[in-house]
Amino acid sequence: MREAGGPVIPNYAAHSSSCVVHNHAFCWGWVDENWGSVLWPALRQHVLLVAAAVAIGFAIAFALALAAHRYRRIERPTIFVTTLLYTIPSLALFELLVAPVGANVISAEIALVSYTLLILFRNILTGLRSVPAEVLDSAEGMGMSRRQALWRVELPLALPAIIAGLRIAVVTIIALATIVYTIYDAGLGVPIHTALGEGPFKTELIAAGALAIALALLADGLLVLAQRALTPWARAR
Amino acid sequence: MPVKTADTAHNEGPSAFAQAAQLELRNVSKRYPRQREAAIGDLSLTVPAGEVCVLVGPSGSGKTTAMRLINRLIPLSDGDILLGGHTVLQREPRQLRREIGYVIQQVGLFPHLTVGENIATVPRLLGWNRQRIAGRVHELLALIGLDPEEMAPRYPAQLSGGQRQRVGVARALAADPPLMLMDEPFGAIDPINRARLQDEFLALQQQVRKTIVFVTHDIDEAIKMGDRIAILREGGVLAQYDTPSEILTRPADEFVAEFVGADRALKRLSLTTLAELPLLAPDGAHGAPPSPSASPADARRVPRETTVHDALSQLLSAGGEPLQVTDGDGHVIGLVTLAQVQQLLCNDAVPTTLEQAS
Repeated sequence: MREAGGPVIPNYAAHSSSCVVHNHAFCWGWVDENWGSVLWPALRQHVLLVAAAVAIGFAIAFALALAAHRYRRIERPTIFVTTLLYTIPSLALFELLVAPVGANVISAEIALVSYTLLILFRNILTGLRSVPAEVLDSAEGMGMSRRQALWRVELPLALPAIIAGLRIAVVTIIALATIVYTIYDAGLGVPIHTALGEGPFKTELIAAGALAIALALLADGLLVLAQRALTPWARAR
Repeated sequence: MPVKTADTAHNEGPSAFAQAAQLELRNVSKRYPRQREAAIGDLSLTVPAGEVCVLVGPSGSGKTTAMRLINRLIPLSDGDILLGGHTVLQREPRQLRREIGYVIQQVGLFPHLTVGENIATVPRLLGWNRQRIAGRVHELLALIGLDPEEMAPRYPAQLSGGQRQRVGVARALAADPPLMLMDEPFGAIDPINRARLQDEFLALQQQVRKTIVFVTHDIDEAIKMGDRIAILREGGVLAQYDTPSEILTRPADEFVAEFVGADRALKRLSLTTLAELPLLAPDGAHGAPPSPSASPADARRVPRETTVHDALSQLLSAGGEPLQVTDGDGHVIGLVTLAQVQQLLCNDAVPTTLEQAS
């Protein structure tokens, strides 16, 4: 991300502010100077990494959950495989993927996606199974086809559980994506790693870490709002 | 020609419901694989159009199974089911179900849809336009005594149990089906509200005149709701199919007699109202004079719609003193005494509300 041949500690500008020189706890001036060149690109990459991972993970988990909802025997092997993926230490998984796939965005996404599957699959399936039997009976008894019952009744009723799963998955992946830097030069992990390698200067570390936390809170808040908008019935009492 | 569908009821008001259809079960049986006993064994019965047939029996008698065979939620093993003279076995099951109202004990309203959207379910499946659906929802809410403006936007969780049940009935009536299937529709309601919902439903049925198959395990409910009662015994065998008064007066066998209860003579009394009894003149001119200890002015008053069963209870608690029977305006039209109740019980040809209605 930084041109070669820069300063020894690259993010120290040549004409550093006194805050930076004296290494205070946090220097807004540094953030201001480096927003466009360091923090914003890292944040943008982070959002894209997470969005892609959750979207792909959701598509796979959704298909698997629908299949397991219909054919029960699919559930156990799916839980087995996704749990296995979930328990592989993340650093190890990233490194394991480099040999067959390469140190690129595809490796990064494969790893991130594999951590979403267990959470999303379990929540979607739990949501679908939580639909009361009498509701399904009346849907069928009134002449809905299986597909109509799924889209008009089961999935809307499963939404709270599905969104709950998405919230966990999104926050998990936002945190996890900070170590993508180990194989692919993108995301908020990059400035964090740089800062760790730069000795005592704390501002970059704190700023990048705070951005990751803020992103997680924002994404979670947006999902809560989405759930409220999509499930007005859940609050009606 | 398929049975008359809802589409033919276009733009008609609540007084002009689609024709009810006759339902006929012909030698219907249901056997499950790996089970020696049949769930339903050779069941034949005909429900005339516009009548309420109650399927009643102990658990394991297959009454719910029999009901679910009709709209093909359960495939039958043998026999035939005819609706309006046409076999349902040739019909596409989903199309068939949209023409048959369906109400279950737990109601099964869709919790994520408003009351209005719940009622609109089958019309939507049938592809009615928005305006027609909105009109129908409004009409049905009014029919079941709920304020359309207030109730249509509510969610099921915001309703009482009784309101939910009524909405369930409205939803089943939405596309104006010629046949309704009701599985213990009032089973989850407390006794006081159950009696009210039963009365309301009977009044509603007077208006809509659907053919109804009503499942219950409660013989009292069966007697109250049914034009005819089909008593099933274990294995889905029909023990007796008759009017309530026939079943109470002449139970076909030991099983039926036991099932309707040793107090069947008393139950029969709930089939008759005071209005149908030959009452004594208010001045006591006919029959036994009222006992001297109480002048008629002190006697208790009961409306003539009271069942003889309830009147007997009041007679007994009044120590046998006559009751004054009043008409709708509160005028005393006659007296009823224990002797008349006794005479009614001795009389085999019990006049019933049902026979009078038909």
